[in-house]
Amino acid sequence: MVSAYKKQAVGASYGLSDWLMQRLTAVVLALYTPVIVACLLMHRPGTFHEWQGMFSSQLLRLATVLFFGALIWHAWIGIRDIVMDYLKPASVRMTALFLIGFFLIACFAWSVAILWGR
Amino acid sequence: MKFRIERFNPDTDAKPYFKEYDVDLKPADRMLLDALVRIKMMDDTLSLRRSCREGICGSDAMNINGKNGLACITKIVDLKEPVVLRALPGLPIIRDLIVDMTHFFAQYHSIKPYLINDEPPPERERLQSPHERAELDGLYECILCACCSTSCPSFWWNPDKFVGPAGLLNAYRFIADSRDQAANARLDDLKDPYRLFRCHSIMNCVDVCPKGLNPTSAIGKIKDMMVRRAV
Repeated sequence: MVSAYKKQAVGASYGLSDWLMQRLTAVVLALYTPVIVACLLMHRPGTFHEWQGMFSSQLLRLATVLFFGALIWHAWIGIRDIVMDYLKPASVRMTALFLIGFFLIACFAWSVAILWGR
Repeated sequence: MKFRIERFNPDTDAKPYFKEYDVDLKPADRMLLDALVRIKMMDDTLSLRRSCREGICGSDAMNINGKNGLACITKIVDLKEPVVLRALPGLPIIRDLIVDMTHFFAQYHSIKPYLINDEPPPERERLQSPHERAELDGLYECILCACCSTSCPSFWWNPDKFVGPAGLLNAYRFIADSRDQAANARLDDLKDPYRLFRCHSIMNCVDVCPKGLNPTSAIGKIKDMMVRRAV
């Protein structure tokens, strides 16, 4: 069987930066987790107003938005790794990456809206 | 002793199948390869590669009871019956236990597995200090049997783009060599998302290496050099 000749090229340069970024964002996630657990244990929020009260601190809001940013970046690299391994046709891969990227950005926007919304 | 061996002849078989063998082993038969030679005396259609029969040539790599290894240095007494033998996973089967290693060696050659040094060679040899030489221990011993690369899921999914543990171990062997001058170009060649960074530290390579080498550690050292160079 003769298949169409397609020359294979590799060399996109984001391998190292993505690998490094995945580790740096993991550190942010690891640092935030004990902080939020401590906050929850101290405030023990039960109602909406208690939750709102806990997040009235600008510092906690900033830490939380940093956490969500790191989480989404971390997830993007991880999910793209899976897509690169398992989805072979370029068109399918592009579509999947676009949808996943859009979803993750929307999640981040939503987290900002929740943190600074009323 | 009972064996189940994967058989495949591309001329007559649509797909691989298992054939069972019951072999009377002799006291001198100590390694799996001895048993295979005995099976081959019973059934000479069984095809396998072997040469040095002492773990140096790397020819008789195969999947032994689910784990890649060299038949010639696998002790029969350690094997559970029936011994299930398959061709190395992830590479096209040429016949029975013989696989097509083209992809594997293409990746090996892609890392330029030779010293690159543009200085005129000295009269006798390029000297290394004992410390510089010691850096190559655990790297130069690789016999290219392909046990590691064919046990690596990342190599199964992307054999055309991911260099694989054997190739990367050898890449670091030359990056680390004090006599080599192309470390920067070698690192440039590996920094894309596929050639090196498909490695997710699954460590099957370390688990199966019949020479006890650690490709994951070598890959970690390459990443370490890349990071040090970048920051």
